[in-house]
Amino acid sequence: MSGTRLSLAKGLNAGLRRAMEKDPKVVLMGEDVGKLGGVFRITEGLQKDFGDHRVMDTPLAESGIVGAAVGLALRGYRPVVEIQFDGFVYPAFDQIVSQVAKMHARSLGHLKLPLVIRIPCGGGIGAVEHHSESNEAYFAHTAGLRVVTCSNAADGYWMMQQAIESDDPVIFFEPKRRYHERGETEIDEGGTPELGLYDARVVREGSDATLLCYGPMVKTCLQAAEAAAEEGRNLEVVDLRTLSPLDLPTIMESVKKTRRAVIVHEAQTFVGMGAEIAARIQEECFYHLEAPVLRVGGYNIPYPPSRFEEEFLPTLDRVLDAVDRSLAH
Amino acid sequence: MSDNEVAGHARSRMEGAFQPSPESGPTPPSQIYGHFSDENPEMVQFVDADGNRLDTNETNAPYAQIVEEMTSEDARIIYRDLVLVRRIDAEGFALQRQGELGLWPSLLGQEAAQVGAGRALRDHDYAFPGYREHGVAWCRGVPPENLLGMFRGVNHGGWDSNENNFHLYTIVIGNQMLHAVGYAMGIAADGDMGTGDPDRDAAVMAFTGDGGTSQGDFNEALVFAAVTNAPTVFFVQNNQWAISEPNEKQFIIPPYQRARGFGFPGVLVDGNDPLATYAVAKDALDKARSGQGPTLIEAYTYRMGAHTTSDDPSKYRSSAEVEIWKEKDPIKRMRGFMAERNHADEEFFAAVDAEADEIAARVRKACQEMPDPELPTMFDHQYTEYHPLVEAEREEFLAYHAGFAEEGGQA
Repeated sequence: MSGTRLSLAKGLNAGLRRAMEKDPKVVLMGEDVGKLGGVFRITEGLQKDFGDHRVMDTPLAESGIVGAAVGLALRGYRPVVEIQFDGFVYPAFDQIVSQVAKMHARSLGHLKLPLVIRIPCGGGIGAVEHHSESNEAYFAHTAGLRVVTCSNAADGYWMMQQAIESDDPVIFFEPKRRYHERGETEIDEGGTPELGLYDARVVREGSDATLLCYGPMVKTCLQAAEAAAEEGRNLEVVDLRTLSPLDLPTIMESVKKTRRAVIVHEAQTFVGMGAEIAARIQEECFYHLEAPVLRVGGYNIPYPPSRFEEEFLPTLDRVLDAVDRSLAH
Repeated sequence: MSDNEVAGHARSRMEGAFQPSPESGPTPPSQIYGHFSDENPEMVQFVDADGNRLDTNETNAPYAQIVEEMTSEDARIIYRDLVLVRRIDAEGFALQRQGELGLWPSLLGQEAAQVGAGRALRDHDYAFPGYREHGVAWCRGVPPENLLGMFRGVNHGGWDSNENNFHLYTIVIGNQMLHAVGYAMGIAADGDMGTGDPDRDAAVMAFTGDGGTSQGDFNEALVFAAVTNAPTVFFVQNNQWAISEPNEKQFIIPPYQRARGFGFPGVLVDGNDPLATYAVAKDALDKARSGQGPTLIEAYTYRMGAHTTSDDPSKYRSSAEVEIWKEKDPIKRMRGFMAERNHADEEFFAAVDAEADEIAARVRKACQEMPDPELPTMFDHQYTEYHPLVEAEREEFLAYHAGFAEEGGQA
């Protein structure tokens, strides 16, 4: 299977499969993850191969799914739960922030909670309400959780395995509009991961400004960088990959080099990931900056009806407009 | 209450909005239970308020053999538990009043419910408590001193759950019910259920109160347990008051009746009768371990004290009600039963009282001598693996305090 070019969905599926093969304590659970293979088919074929005791269709109750997974983890299992859509995670929010995030600390380290909560995230698929949200900041704000997101098939494959191997609870955001796009990179399934789970990656080297992005916006930012290059502007693109903890050294190194930063995410900008990153940059890179750190994100309204989403979501042009404003300083 | 009556109540409820009149509204749970008179024929009881052994009847018959097989030694163990747990609880209350603890949730009145359930558990079963289960903790072998840390504010737990198979206290009402079911699903997945090997088969008991039955997590736990056949026993201590709110504000159908709607049996037991709570809990655990599925036990009891030391029950309930429940005291009842059966002599009772004094003194000393945690440990155990933000903040914190030391102040 080395050198396989997969979609993100297939990469995630292969990562789950590999993790289940390696460790019999890895179990999957969620709504429709069994025969259907999940609404996005990320778990397709896994119940057939591993049995319904390891790939469990659950009642339609998100708090129940996460809460039961906590108990399974306490019993020695490594549950991977699927929350069907981003906007459905809120019924489980209490379990995640009150229990999942705090179990290790409140037990003074006696208990570990190796639990992965998979959340298909973001918009751009023309869905109805509650199906397109970017709620990563809630979880990044909660101490005790680790929060990561992938942007391509290879990362989906490796990061999923790394998240499952972690003894800390991991919130794993999967950009749903990138699920079924053809992979740009090859996956060497028998190899080893290029990066740790909590490392950012410079996906495009540049010198004029840094685009900091993650998940679905990585592709958008790479497209923006290509367009900017035609105008003679050389943009660096950093795929953050990890949102908590942030890989600050990689971020700062890039910003100190280019002296300009534009943070791009789908989520609303107010108290979002961009706000935190901008604050960190001004703390650590103040004298390196040539321009204020700018943010491009969703407007500060609930995710709109899908006919608006092309305007709500950051587009290539909105990213380039922010780059123009940065370079104007 | 028949199904037709229930449906009628539901209609009346809708028509009556939030204030159903006494004529058209639902039957108050107090009438369903026989609030002050032990009249509910569905309630399992074995001894009356004076400790007299009640006749076998249709309700308690399924559990009578368990009680008959109990020895004098069993009775003495339970009596000792009741007395010691009450004394530990009283010490916790006193320590709060003396400023040694920030808060204490008293179990006074609920000793029989907790000891009966706690003694029915086997070592390799697992208990998931709320935050008032000091009696269950005692039966699991958790040193009572360990319970004090979180109420003194030095930690959020302080014991290793896996040493005694007694999970940490859980403050958010109902969260632990799902953890219990998940753990029980793990038992089933491990094949440690229904083997017939008493050293292998295990079950989980999940504890909450009457208020907890209103929570979504409680109800989701029942759904998960039912459809997975997880070896779970839900133990609801209906102490009748969720802080200031009576049963009438929590449910129309009592919790034990509700279990049937989820697909497994519910049992109402006199929560002040330690023989009954033990027998019912043992029966349910045996069934769960053998693969016969979950049971919901509702132990009908009464919280004699305040919800916690921050509460003032005189604002919302009558002293007459409390006086009635004093007459149902579980220790008095157990002692009466033991006297009738000659299970113990005065020397035994005196020895238990002396032991209670010793434990109280031990708990008090441990509390007073409990050190404040070293400040940098605030950052410990947030994650199992390296976390750069936590480490950076720990260093920042240490440097900040070291600065005071360099200035000649107190670090």
